Amino acid sequence: MAAAAARLLIRGSHQTLPISSVGTGKQSCIGNALLTLSSGCNSRLKTQRRHAAHFTFQPDPVPTQYGSTQKMNLFQSITSALDNTLASDPTAVIFGEDVAFGGVFRCTVGLRDKYGKDRVFNTPLCEQGIVGFGIGAAVAGATAIAEIQFADYIFPAFDQIVNEAAKYRYRSGNLFDCGNLTIRAPWGCVGHGSLYHSQSPEAFFAHCPGIKIVIPRGPTQAKGLLLSCIADNNPCIFFEPKILYRAAVEQVPVDAYTIPLSQAEVLQEGSDVTLVAWGTQIHVLREVANMAQEKLGVSCEVIDLRTILPWDNETVCKVSGHHSIVSIIVGHFIIGI
Amino acid sequence: MLTNISTVLRACAQRNGAAAVVSARNYADFTSQATFEIKKSDVFKLDEAPATEVVMTRDEGLQYYRTMQTMRRMELKADQLYKQKIIRGFCHLYDGQEACAVGIEASIKPTDHLITAYRAHGYTLTRGGTVKEIMAELTGRRGGIAKGKGGSMHMYCKNFYGGNGIVGAQVPLGAGVALACKYKGSDELCVCLYGDGAANQGQIFETYNMAALWKLPVIFICENNRYGMGTSVERAAASTDYFKRGEFIPGLRVDGMDILCVREATRFAAEHCRSGKGPILMELQTYRYHGHSMSDPGVSYRTREEIQEVRSKSDPISLLKDRLLSNNMASVEELKEIDVDVRKEIEDAAQFATTDPEPPLEELCNHIFSNNPPVEVRGTNPWAKLKSKDYILD
Repeated sequence: MAAAAARLLIRGSHQTLPISSVGTGKQSCIGNALLTLSSGCNSRLKTQRRHAAHFTFQPDPVPTQYGSTQKMNLFQSITSALDNTLASDPTAVIFGEDVAFGGVFRCTVGLRDKYGKDRVFNTPLCEQGIVGFGIGAAVAGATAIAEIQFADYIFPAFDQIVNEAAKYRYRSGNLFDCGNLTIRAPWGCVGHGSLYHSQSPEAFFAHCPGIKIVIPRGPTQAKGLLLSCIADNNPCIFFEPKILYRAAVEQVPVDAYTIPLSQAEVLQEGSDVTLVAWGTQIHVLREVANMAQEKLGVSCEVIDLRTILPWDNETVCKVSGHHSIVSIIVGHFIIGI
Repeated sequence: MLTNISTVLRACAQRNGAAAVVSARNYADFTSQATFEIKKSDVFKLDEAPATEVVMTRDEGLQYYRTMQTMRRMELKADQLYKQKIIRGFCHLYDGQEACAVGIEASIKPTDHLITAYRAHGYTLTRGGTVKEIMAELTGRRGGIAKGKGGSMHMYCKNFYGGNGIVGAQVPLGAGVALACKYKGSDELCVCLYGDGAANQGQIFETYNMAALWKLPVIFICENNRYGMGTSVERAAASTDYFKRGEFIPGLRVDGMDILCVREATRFAAEHCRSGKGPILMELQTYRYHGHSMSDPGVSYRTREEIQEVRSKSDPISLLKDRLLSNNMASVEELKEIDVDVRKEIEDAAQFATTDPEPPLEELCNHIFSNNPPVEVRGTNPWAKLKSKDYILD
């Protein structure tokens, strides 16, 4: 797979945009670069004193195949997905820090009142305990949905996820598994989160076979993908871009529906370069693709990876020979395969 | 300082004539020290308890008052600056808990070590930071105690290891520092603080085991302010007797709103550690007036009446003030002067913190590694290459 990607990169001939990976923090990465290339825009950059996260959320078109829809933002779409799950699956339980009153991002508002305190309950402050407990509950047959309050706090649970959850099925020869486990965590930078409320740790987990990692770009995607994760027979980590919790508003189907995992989505066809990203960066890339078309005459293909692990390499690599792939990573990146 | 106060008072008296006769008191009129009865601390696996009759001198009293008042005003100023968006990010305020920081510092030496969690402004002050440095760090300026790169949760100074954002992560670190003290044979100890929320973290129990096994000179202190963010202790802990959680580590439960209780208990604990008996655990029962952080109003999980009650009955500064006044150890005017002084200090510091320039861009990426040739660091776009200067000499 790595060799195939490398061959594609080498084949990329007449490209002006270099292959690069852009890092954490501010969202207006390639966008800014293109602005500096074009004249007359420098003054706007200079007058900006505070470079707050700058992107415009681009809503998806209203889905018609899943029934009636309702206007929801990201956290409401998560609540809706959890509501659907608790209603249809009597073994489903939601637990984590402060989920009972609705959660610090309001993702679980109303669920405890509706389904009872034995199904939506708080845990003490212990991430390792939360995930370990979740694995056990999942192995015993409950649909366990664990919340880690911020992705930055997932590290005490890293051992449980990588050593216990991911390898359970394999080491027991398929006798046991914790496929009923889904871990949810708010993800990504917001501008003022600093070291411990901004991290995007998917890279650390992306090299661990046995778990699935999913990151949505908006409410409609989030609900479908979360329901897929819950239904999936493998332990899944679902990262929710926290900056989109309120900012992303779409018409989301009220009933349950699933969006397949490990399927990347081509949002925009293009012939010159392929831009791959996930989560919040998709909205930046869509802007960038438009700008590239307008100002440079470059036709960009935009792909939302959606599932980071196992990733859809078929779709991404199914590009014509003269493409270069630009992968925009928001997160920890020093070396990558 | 005492002669100055009395000179000033006498000068006032001369100006105002008869009306100011009452205020022209010589310092010799004050009691130089007094004995106080304090609440008995609950003990666990200990044969003795900290003393219940303690002596406080006038000088000590005034110093505690000044430090606590500085801490209080500093936190309130930080609240103000945060609401004006001059301080951004996170801000966890310590007002209400002053007696803990000041009481602990009163019984340890500057050569001892201390580590705490994110509610760290008070400890930064007692461990040697100046108000100016602390406020400039809150506003993220180059005059800040961590050069403006740390912010509210990451303040450090000599023998003070911060300032740690991740809940509970500082406790194993504290045990490590204590190990170093024991290894060096230096008779130093480490005070390792955490909150009631953190008390349920697994790594705390791992640390208890290591500390007791190797008899490390560490004082574990659980600052129990009754709420872990918005969760009350009853809803989070199977056992709210945090001082007993060490199981095989002796424990004390102390009234954390009374500075003399805290001081005496710390003295007792420090002696325990320094005599080679190993770790000891102290639970300070205290209270925070503000919410968990500036984004928490603090009234959705507790009543305003509760906050008011604590403020009126157990405020640490008021308790100390009453003690000083009723035992003739200070005058109202004297304390008012200290208040005025403190207010000025805070105003000056706030002024500095607001006007000091931000750290230069060249500083942004320094100190990622150490002793490395300059590394290129990715910026917000691929053409903005920043450099990390990591030379040890820097």
